Amino acid sequence: MNDIPADLKFLPSHEWARVESDGTITIGISDHAQDLLGDIVFVELPEVGQSVDAESDAAIVESVKAASDVYSPLSGEVIEVNPLLEDQPEIINSSPYEDGWFYKLNPSDMGEFDNLLSPEDYSDACED
Amino acid sequence: MNKTALNNAHIKLGAKMVNFSHWEMPISYTSLIEEHHAVRNTAGIFDVSHMSVFDFKGGDQVAFFEKIFANDIKKICNDDRAIYGALLNEEGGILDDLIIYHAQDKFRLVSNCSTREQNRQWYEKHAVEFGVEVVERSDMGILAIQGPDALNKILSIEGINPQVNNLRSFGCMFDGDKLYARTGYTGEDGLEIIVPSVDINQLWDQALRLGCTPIGLGARDTLRLEAGLNLYGNDMTIENHPYESNLGWTIDMTDENRQFIGKEALLSIDQSKSQKIVGIILRDKGVLRSGYEVTHDEGKGVVLSGSYSPTLQSSIGLARVDQGYKKDGKVMIRNKMLNIDFVSPRFIVRGKISV
Repeated sequence: MNDIPADLKFLPSHEWARVESDGTITIGISDHAQDLLGDIVFVELPEVGQSVDAESDAAIVESVKAASDVYSPLSGEVIEVNPLLEDQPEIINSSPYEDGWFYKLNPSDMGEFDNLLSPEDYSDACED
Repeated sequence: MNKTALNNAHIKLGAKMVNFSHWEMPISYTSLIEEHHAVRNTAGIFDVSHMSVFDFKGGDQVAFFEKIFANDIKKICNDDRAIYGALLNEEGGILDDLIIYHAQDKFRLVSNCSTREQNRQWYEKHAVEFGVEVVERSDMGILAIQGPDALNKILSIEGINPQVNNLRSFGCMFDGDKLYARTGYTGEDGLEIIVPSVDINQLWDQALRLGCTPIGLGARDTLRLEAGLNLYGNDMTIENHPYESNLGWTIDMTDENRQFIGKEALLSIDQSKSQKIVGIILRDKGVLRSGYEVTHDEGKGVVLSGSYSPTLQSSIGLARVDQGYKKDGKVMIRNKMLNIDFVSPRFIVRGKISV
């Protein structure tokens, strides 16, 4: 929990968002979330070109134990999905903040990013 | 919350603990998939002390089991071995599935943890007419050591009776109050040891030192699913009869004079029309889960248990379906029709893929 990259912001439901240098947003799930889920075996990603709304379900992640919805931290148009996840969904377990990202989007309202939790606030929320 | 005598040992190992029918139990210690493979490839050890253990005293115990148990206890009465079967109500509904052990002229019974109260009352109610006393052994714990190397590891444990090496599949023996049985819930060779809780920690510690991997309830579920073994409450309930629950083979009507509870109801069931539990393998990407709808050319059904199979590396499940299914069918997952194959529920037999 101590090594959350400082440039990420979070939903309380464990999704992270990062602003890239070109202004796009990368989205994934937290280290805490992957630990709760256990071994991840399948991910259903949104379609490229699809519009997603903030805090609505955009993807599904399945561990051996259960299926969970992944909510989008921001609204926008999906421009890329992580091609590695189709055959190696377990990289979400091993690298939740880097190789295990889910999708990228062109945000429609950057104000939504500011409303997300900081790494510190997210960590506190997880401990409650 | 109830705790087993190994609760501290689990927490010390860093297990993720969950509430399982009011018992605080380890769901996994490291990775469910790694734990699963440890059982298939070497040896794993499980704390299953949440299960209910009953002994019986006095009276006509054989007649008692002949009445309450749908399998015929006479199969094991002249032998030191275990028998699996169902406890039925008068309507033929499954109250529970259980194992009865018989060795050195004593019976011991192990049934599920969620049905403990119901079963105890049921045993006590029916024991009266046979003069049998029901003794719940909440002072007992259960260890399962399972996998191709399980027997070798067990024989190296100090205090284990070396005669366990001679037990056949489903064979069992008492050693004092301890019971050893060559049974399990994984589709692997191994033993289950019912042992006084005060002695369980030292067996557990030794097994770990000998290289047995601790296995949580998560991997226990994927292992039993691959072996095609029903989970009570999930694959069958009181609403189901044995013929639609893959338990027809445990219904023994060979002795026409034996009147067991539920027999009359079972005789009125047309088995040619009963649904069946069948194994299913998902041929597309995704994971089968309980409740998903299944269809085939001549009927439909529902997924009872579904998960990812670490051994087959695809998703498998048990489904209760109408008869008439052939090789393949469809499953509805989040509004998408995906392809499944129907197979024997025993995906894994003696550690090997069989489908």
